[in-house]
Amino acid sequence: MLLDKIVIDAFEKNKIELITTVPCKQLSGVIAELETRDSMTHIPANKEDEGMGICAGAFMGGKRSAIIMQNTAIGVTINTLVTLTQFYRLPLPMLISFRGELGEPVACQVEMAVHTKALLAQLGIPTYHFHNPDDVHELDEILKYTFMCNKPVAILTDASFWKGE
Amino acid sequence: MIRSEIIKNLVPVLSGQLVVCNIGLPSQEMHLFGDQPSNFYMLGTMGLSSSIGLGLALAQDKTVVAIDGDGSVLTNLGTLPTIANNVRDNFILLIIDNGSYGSTGDQPTYAGKKTSLAAVASACGCENVIECQADEAVSVVEKAIASKKMTIIICKCISGNIPVPVITLDPVVIRHRFMQAVEA
Repeated sequence: MLLDKIVIDAFEKNKIELITTVPCKQLSGVIAELETRDSMTHIPANKEDEGMGICAGAFMGGKRSAIIMQNTAIGVTINTLVTLTQFYRLPLPMLISFRGELGEPVACQVEMAVHTKALLAQLGIPTYHFHNPDDVHELDEILKYTFMCNKPVAILTDASFWKGE
Repeated sequence: MIRSEIIKNLVPVLSGQLVVCNIGLPSQEMHLFGDQPSNFYMLGTMGLSSSIGLGLALAQDKTVVAIDGDGSVLTNLGTLPTIANNVRDNFILLIIDNGSYGSTGDQPTYAGKKTSLAAVASACGCENVIECQADEAVSVVEKAIASKKMTIIICKCISGNIPVPVITLDPVVIRHRFMQAVEA
């Protein structure tokens, strides 16, 4: 799919060399695209806080890193975001599938969707919401911004975005 | 022998190595006995010492020793399959297993009861898993570093703590000097 390619191209262009993932149905294409790139190491994680630990180590080891995960993971990772990523001022792009938005078939996903932006705002995490396929062209600038300011940055990608191409 | 004695004994072996130090007393003990720029003191995020260590080992070629505890590994048990399936021969995970949550008042962990972390690590697919006693720690870690093989060490000891001061270094300073040591 074109969007998957544009997303991974932006990561590659910004010299991100290690990506950890915890899968989501909505992210299967982008994870498959990641697997095709020799320039990037893909480390599947069992839980998102573990993935953020790997990203922190990789960055301190000299490689730019990023995480791909679902918005439900915000609930899992608040302590890690605050006491590791933010406390040590580490940059971390988070490509997040925003489940529970328009087009969602699973009611339970809405329960976390209604808290997602409020939690990110409470944590002071710069947050971008991709709703239209054209929004993908901001990703390159968002990644540059992340490594400029040394913060975790959230890129929420909803069902309309992924289905819109 | 208690954990602080193991850490004190390890200081010469870990001199100049990249060391990720576990949350709470293990970091404070390393800081007290053998502070060096190549120590990363993980002051929050219980459970992530091994994950940070693996990320470091994946990103560069210097040896990384991550010091963990039995309670912390139990908190992040998912780390062992990830380590087993992403082998990096510059990575050593040292789990100091005193069968208790030392930093919070020595409450017993399941690792001190029926659960064997060495057996768990092996079942997860880790290949070089060594269980040793406290008095063997120095020689086992020394050999693991020399072996250039990814090694998981479970070092058994008794529970107990000594008073140690908290770390007041700013986290950005810890990170900055650590990254300079990585690059050096």
